[in-house]
Amino acid sequence: MYAYDELDRTLLHERVEEFRDQVKRRLSGELTEDEFKILRLQNGVYLQLHAYMFRVAIPYGTLSTKQLRALAHVARRYDRGYGHFTTRQNIQFNWIKLAELPDALADLAEVGIHAMQTSGNNMRNVTSDQWAGVAPGEVEDPRIWSELLRQHTTLHPEFSFLPRKFKIAITASEHDRAAIKIHDIGLRLHKNADGETGFEVLVGGGLGRTPFIAKTIKPFVHGRDILSYVEAILRVYNQYGRRDNIYKARIKILVHELGIEKFGKEVEEEWQQLRDSALTLDDGAIEEVRSRFSYPAYEKLPHMPDELKQAAHDPLFERWRKNSVFPHKVQGYSIVTLSLKPVGGPPGDATAEQMDVIADLADRYSFGEIRVGHEQNLALPHVAKRDLPALWKALDKAGLATPNVNLVSDIIACPGLDYCSLANARSIPIAQELTRRFANHDTAGLIGRLHINISGCINACGHHHVGHIGILGVEKNGEEFYQITIGGRADEGAALGTLIGPSVPYGEVADVVEDIVEAYLALRYSPDELFIDTVKRLGVEPFKERVYATR
Amino acid sequence: MPLVKNGKIATDIYAHVADGAEIPADGAILVQAARFLDDPEALLRRPGKVGVVWPNNRDLDELVPYLDRLAAVALVFPSFRDGRAYSQARLLRERYRFQGELRATGQVLRDQFVFMLRAGFDALDVKKEKDADAFAETVKRYTVFYQPTGDGRTTALSRRTQLRHSESASP
Amino acid sequence: MTSPLEQKKIRITGPSVVTANRTHDGVVIYRTPQHGWSSRLADAAIVRTSDDARALLAEAVADDVGAIGAYIAPVAIKDNGEIAPGNLREHIRSEGLTIELPVPA
Repeated sequence: MYAYDELDRTLLHERVEEFRDQVKRRLSGELTEDEFKILRLQNGVYLQLHAYMFRVAIPYGTLSTKQLRALAHVARRYDRGYGHFTTRQNIQFNWIKLAELPDALADLAEVGIHAMQTSGNNMRNVTSDQWAGVAPGEVEDPRIWSELLRQHTTLHPEFSFLPRKFKIAITASEHDRAAIKIHDIGLRLHKNADGETGFEVLVGGGLGRTPFIAKTIKPFVHGRDILSYVEAILRVYNQYGRRDNIYKARIKILVHELGIEKFGKEVEEEWQQLRDSALTLDDGAIEEVRSRFSYPAYEKLPHMPDELKQAAHDPLFERWRKNSVFPHKVQGYSIVTLSLKPVGGPPGDATAEQMDVIADLADRYSFGEIRVGHEQNLALPHVAKRDLPALWKALDKAGLATPNVNLVSDIIACPGLDYCSLANARSIPIAQELTRRFANHDTAGLIGRLHINISGCINACGHHHVGHIGILGVEKNGEEFYQITIGGRADEGAALGTLIGPSVPYGEVADVVEDIVEAYLALRYSPDELFIDTVKRLGVEPFKERVYATR
Repeated sequence: MPLVKNGKIATDIYAHVADGAEIPADGAILVQAARFLDDPEALLRRPGKVGVVWPNNRDLDELVPYLDRLAAVALVFPSFRDGRAYSQARLLRERYRFQGELRATGQVLRDQFVFMLRAGFDALDVKKEKDADAFAETVKRYTVFYQPTGDGRTTALSRRTQLRHSESASP
Repeated sequence: MTSPLEQKKIRITGPSVVTANRTHDGVVIYRTPQHGWSSRLADAAIVRTSDDARALLAEAVADDVGAIGAYIAPVAIKDNGEIAPGNLREHIRSEGLTIELPVPA
């Protein structure tokens, strides 16, 4: 965990007071909506269909129990008793009153949480691997760097009015859980031949109307230079990114129009001017941030404790353990994913009661720490294996032990037309119907890893382009239709899905997905061949035939 | 439109010369970039200070050769949402060491004052009277800054490392 | 269900209302014939010509302090005179989500 010091706390309070003043001026009419809109967006406040929506940052997906309880408090006190975890390590509240927002922000500031730059054309929440610091084989904890970048990008005087939003993600593992290739800047931490820490820097990834997979701009940037290098990219983007067309304003379009070589050259020239400056991080500065991350005092525990051996006789426990429990870098410990995808539930939602239960369990079993992943699930990052049976019972009671992690019903979905003013079609009811169709977890287990991603419009908050099965809501003559893609993925092998055919109406989406899954079961080489690999081997044609033969 | 200079409401000594209008024989003038580049030497020779209004989409390279003879550069925020002039300001101050008046013009609003000062502006053509009046109070909003810029404010990181240093140095 | 943000030229093809969200709490509101706002669609002023729609919208937009994001939305007038939302988006805004909330209200 990163511990805020007096300076971080002061800045947060100053920000809250600034926003309080801005809200006051808006409500008195001193600020027009046109002037205020950007200010509220910079504090994560959107206007949705029914109310204001409030998006709170969970930097690099790490939460303390105190912080999670504060989120539960906000849900209860200022909202309708629940929150929605997003694909970018944020939580959203859907029913906030503008007049009460400054108080909600002040309550969150007490525990070191903020909503700065969770919207607007600025640098958004810096995201990372939700297993950072605990994943076996990780090069080093990427959160140190995430925090350095979080600070550097917060209220940046030069880059708070960029052509468009700007997202940075960092991973330090071979398997990319942070989806860095669909970010404006993706950073892959690795070491050079001399054993020094640095980053492969990728740029220009993003989804939306014109999706791109990020390209490598520099294979190795030394850790000490990472701020100046990111600054150089941003300066080039701030000056040359398009501002004439909102759909062409992201850095991906600039990179695409210039080409990665030319863009890289511009950045390199700028960086040569910037690299030896106050932005260079000396060891002391890095150590300063590192020193404020605390790590659990792990015990020396057996790999296979008796508690686990005994619980193995319970098939329900075993099914959950095999699905939701993952290896930890320390022997005797596990990482436990908490599915926020119950059958029939809205993906990523958690009630205030659930948040409190999770906080209590994290205090008891996970050194007071919770993680938030881009798949809209939570994780307890340090659970002693001997505690797994007890933890499972408690999670199950709270509806948090659905054994469907990474399976077909572990669906990523945006809020869609039920909440969102940009949406063309609903997402949540589609997801709910799919979880009912695939409610049998044993069958889902036989199908294996399969990610379904649903977006209610082309802005792609549900990351449909990179779902193994992607579902995009569109509007046709006032009716909801859905385009289906297959073969997308968001990890180190990131790829955009391919459309399998004409869009289908609302009522047929679940049938089509079932057909696709059945086709896969018939076509797969062996039970070990994942859906995504079958699509890669055979292309979309055999799936298309199957789905459209009878339609 | 009140001018706030070095933290105080000030009188604008510059005559804003519209395109095509005659240039006054003496006194401080502020001219558009194209007009200036037409015959920079002639303008710089005349008695009186010269300032140039530089658009936010024009490369600074054309202006750089004249910087040491210019009294002022006015950068433009056509909308407060368009942040290109922040980069230009930092480049002028931090890379090209421009020492004259650096003025923000256009949609200059209260809620961007701190960013502007941090980027190196020392004069603001403030759009609203009320915002100008609130200047002193507004710029005190923040006491903690994460990024190093050319404005000399100490960053949080350097305050921390200094603190650690002094702690470890003391017995 | 084109986003109202893309509503450029004002031309209506059927009965319409002007709707927005209330500034201080975001609640869905409708412009009334009494030049005010109501949170009930039943209270909304109905316009049937593009000119009237434009005028009603202009009046609504002028209240920048009270309401945000005003736009024209289609409605259907039932045989009994009742006003119904004209599309799914407006139905959701007027009647609420098509799904159950995680925590019942």
